[in-house]
Amino acid sequence: MIIGQFVTSFFASSGFAVIFNAPKRSLFQCGMVGMLGWSVYIICIDQNIDAVVATLAASILVAVLSQLYAKLQKMPIIIFNVAGIIPLVPGGLAYDAMRQFVENDYSLAIQLAAKALLISGAIALGLVFSEIINQIIRRIRWKKLKEV
Amino acid sequence: MDEKKITSVCLLAGKIMLKSGAETHRVEDTMVRIAIAFGMDKAQSHATPTGILFSVEETAPTNFTRIVKRSTDLHKVTQVNSISRSISEGLITIDQALQQLEQIESEIHAYPTYIQVTAASLASGCFTIMFDGQWIDFSPAFIAGGIGYSAMVYLQQIVEIRFFAEFLASFFIGVVAAFFVHIGIGVALDKIIVGSVMPLVPGLLITNAVRDLMAGHLVSGLSKGAEAFLTAFAIGAGVAAIFLI
Repeated sequence: MIIGQFVTSFFASSGFAVIFNAPKRSLFQCGMVGMLGWSVYIICIDQNIDAVVATLAASILVAVLSQLYAKLQKMPIIIFNVAGIIPLVPGGLAYDAMRQFVENDYSLAIQLAAKALLISGAIALGLVFSEIINQIIRRIRWKKLKEV
Repeated sequence: MDEKKITSVCLLAGKIMLKSGAETHRVEDTMVRIAIAFGMDKAQSHATPTGILFSVEETAPTNFTRIVKRSTDLHKVTQVNSISRSISEGLITIDQALQQLEQIESEIHAYPTYIQVTAASLASGCFTIMFDGQWIDFSPAFIAGGIGYSAMVYLQQIVEIRFFAEFLASFFIGVVAAFFVHIGIGVALDKIIVGSVMPLVPGLLITNAVRDLMAGHLVSGLSKGAEAFLTAFAIGAGVAAIFLI
């Protein structure tokens, strides 16, 4: 069951990388980033951790891995970021919320929409978080170098 | 060095990146970096999803470029990125840069449409499984997702308003999914539909919008959020039309 999740998240992420026209030599890495992010998410969900927190943890991992791959492959980080967060993105929730709106169930729709917003906030926070950590590390190193 | 040429290189680079779905702050950053590499230390750029303002100096005239169509094309983002790198390292001249950027802009998609459709179908099927669907729902989602994505690609060429193309594409997905469940291939209609609409859903836009807001790009964040909301509404309405019939 869990292996099925790994395999499908790999193909979903690299499929999206193809839709977004990512370069060929990055497709495998895109799939890997997506798969690892999604596995953190489902493991957290299995431990009854809240979806927002699980998404935050997964997106931090996605961001760190993307930075690694971006450095290794000398490509812009957005390629790996985008593919990696695709499984985490609350597209399904956004769709569900809209469907409830259209079917006149407003209270459920607002609930779902709020959750979708929180989860996308968590993804954005995770991505920004790792960027900031990276910047801080770089700046500290710079200062040390200057002192020497 | 010729200010006009520098401006046009920066604007062209920014335009291609923004059209291809790069983040706003990265577009601004790249443009300023290119300008600095050519000796314009006080260059400023202001990018929004619909247009870019750029001036090489505080007192110099401000130039503007309009962005009409936006899509996600990471290949072009990568190419512009590598050109900006080689400009910063001083490897290419301004004329070469302009020529290469023009070439990138006129190029069409690297992947043929049938491969994109296959990728979209595969992703749809996989998403159905990821959302706790059963394997029996994989093939209906695969087919519905493929039909939905190809409808989207086709409709975008003939319909001017994107909202309507998205509405119709998700309507087709709903019809196909309902048909499969009706004839007994596939069990959970909801799971099949959610999986198949994923290639159309603006999940990336939502996340980018929140991210832009956090980074202080308020105009871009709000306008991207509005775009995402409209798309999500179109998809929801298109699918809900099935449930109403």
